[in-house]
Amino acid sequence: MYWQPEKECMSRADLEQLQLERLQSTLYRVGTHVPFYRQKFREMKLDFDSFNTLADIHKLPFTMKQDLRDSYPYGMFAVPLREVVRIHSSSGTTGMATVVGYTRNDIKNWADLVARVLCAAGLTADDVIQIAFGYGLFTGGFGLHYGAERLGASVIPISSGNTKRQIQIMQDFKTTALVCTPSYALNIADVMLDMGINPSGLSLKFGLFGAEPWSEAMRREINEKLGIQSTDNYGLSEVMGPGVAGECQECNGLHINEDHFLVEVLDPETLEPVKPGEIGELVITTLTKEAFPVIRYRTHDLTRLLPEPCPCGRTFIRINRILGRTDDMLIIKGVNVFPTQIESVLFDIDGTAPHYRIVVERENHQDKATVLVEVKESYFFDEMKKQGALIDTIKSRLASELGIGVAVKLVEEKTLGRFEGKGQRVIDKRKI
Amino acid sequence: MLKIRNLESGYGKIKALKHVSMHVDGGEIVTIIGANGAGKTTLLATIAGLIKARAGEIVFRGRNLCALSAEKIPALGCVMVPEGRQVFATMSVEENLILGAHVLQKEGHQVIEELLEHQYSLFPVLRDRKGQLAGTLSGGEQQMLAMGRALMSRPQMVMMDEPSTGLAPLIVKEIFQIIVRLRDEGNTVLLVEQNAKAALAIADRGYVLETGKVILQGPADDLMINEDVQRAYLGREKVEG
Repeated sequence: MYWQPEKECMSRADLEQLQLERLQSTLYRVGTHVPFYRQKFREMKLDFDSFNTLADIHKLPFTMKQDLRDSYPYGMFAVPLREVVRIHSSSGTTGMATVVGYTRNDIKNWADLVARVLCAAGLTADDVIQIAFGYGLFTGGFGLHYGAERLGASVIPISSGNTKRQIQIMQDFKTTALVCTPSYALNIADVMLDMGINPSGLSLKFGLFGAEPWSEAMRREINEKLGIQSTDNYGLSEVMGPGVAGECQECNGLHINEDHFLVEVLDPETLEPVKPGEIGELVITTLTKEAFPVIRYRTHDLTRLLPEPCPCGRTFIRINRILGRTDDMLIIKGVNVFPTQIESVLFDIDGTAPHYRIVVERENHQDKATVLVEVKESYFFDEMKKQGALIDTIKSRLASELGIGVAVKLVEEKTLGRFEGKGQRVIDKRKI
Repeated sequence: MLKIRNLESGYGKIKALKHVSMHVDGGEIVTIIGANGAGKTTLLATIAGLIKARAGEIVFRGRNLCALSAEKIPALGCVMVPEGRQVFATMSVEENLILGAHVLQKEGHQVIEELLEHQYSLFPVLRDRKGQLAGTLSGGEQQMLAMGRALMSRPQMVMMDEPSTGLAPLIVKEIFQIIVRLRDEGNTVLLVEQNAKAALAIADRGYVLETGKVILQGPADDLMINEDVQRAYLGREKVEG
């Protein structure tokens, strides 16, 4: 099912025409209304009036997170504040917060784009959607909320936290779809198990998870534990929030809402486009945002384009699930390592629980990485030999996946803290 | 239906259109709004081939119109209803209508009769006045005649230049209702209007032209509540608090 089939299934030629028109009016908007861009264009001697092909996107300036911080709070708004009907702030996962605004039209578009994502995941007006994202300045809660209402579903705005109550409500209100971070979904599943609740007795059918990178193995784990079909969705507050991209029921990559966002995948070092299908940094230009348009925003999220047509019929290009962040990327002994790589190895090994930490230290000027893994209780009652064998398995699997050796420590089940929002699994103790 | 990219056009040294990109899909009403002198009429005249494009492209149903002379364009299904009606005053209403079907001459009398009948059902007042000289019609009736004449060629897209000019509000309402009906019957309409409110109320999408450039575009509903449009074109100045 499609929410706006005339857009989601439009021909590439029609899409490119629409993108060009929208980009031209966005350039006019930022070039005349936003001092930051006016100055950038002047410095680059860029005549935004003469921008006439999407192929010239590389001539436009980048926008960095720091630019948003420098213009805190309202410096990059393209409309006066009285036209802004909503203000959100980035979750500040990696530093000082940034502020974004929305006009009435922005809110309307946002709701439609999130409704597209929900619809693509298989949800309809008949669903009961439990939104366990935090409500507040974070775009996740309200973004999904408005989209779910636009879809016509029954929305439970429970927000995050209080896991036992989440489960109670899920049972009593006959929730059919859970919306939260993948870490929190896993957390809920574990608490449910502890409470002796069998998920097959629930009405839950769908999970829409986002706001942090997760792996295919983690999807399998969540699907099995909760007996649902989970899909990935993507967005970031600087660009809009959730609704930038979402998976369809093929569960094989996220369709970018290309009529509203123009995306590029660039080599984060050279800032040149990567070869088609190669991994690079996702760079996004908004095409319809009124209050807070951004040109070539560097997301620091790593992914690759999946240009093959999708069997679902949507013509919007897909991106791979986010593989990590350029700034989450750990450089251990000179090798690039992403937490999601470690995660997917651990999920595939029998006997480990899906909870882990990565501790990176420097000993005698040498990087040393230790992966702490929770193991199922039974392993600790058994003989040491079995534990040793498990450690060896994890070590060798990690070594072949990462290309570097890491130390592995087993810890008892439930000794590592759990997450209600975005997970923070890397502890980097190195001093630069 | 129609795709325009980076169109530049003008008169003499005056650049009336600068990098205009826009499109019209089949079955929709698209409106171009803007103040006097924004370039709206120039845009229509350039599409119709009356003014030569200096740069950019106009692709109508796969054909590049820039390469064609004005008289070839109506035969492709792109017709214009000019501003100020411009009916042939000394000819009868029916003669005016039949002139509109000149590109269909080869198809025979029968086809033209059917088309006439269709226009009379759309504009009953024209049937009542079919023998009357066009110059004796009221402004509203002349506008209907100009529209009927354009529709006689069975166009793929009708371009209308300021159909509300000089008409009483009640007549404007009637004309706009007919435009909606045309769309609902599957026609495609590109409507240039200074009366932004009336145009946005019936259009599916709109473009705002200012000094020869598209400064805003989007669904008509979005433009209607856009504060820039409200201030500049809908006469709803807000008092600064």
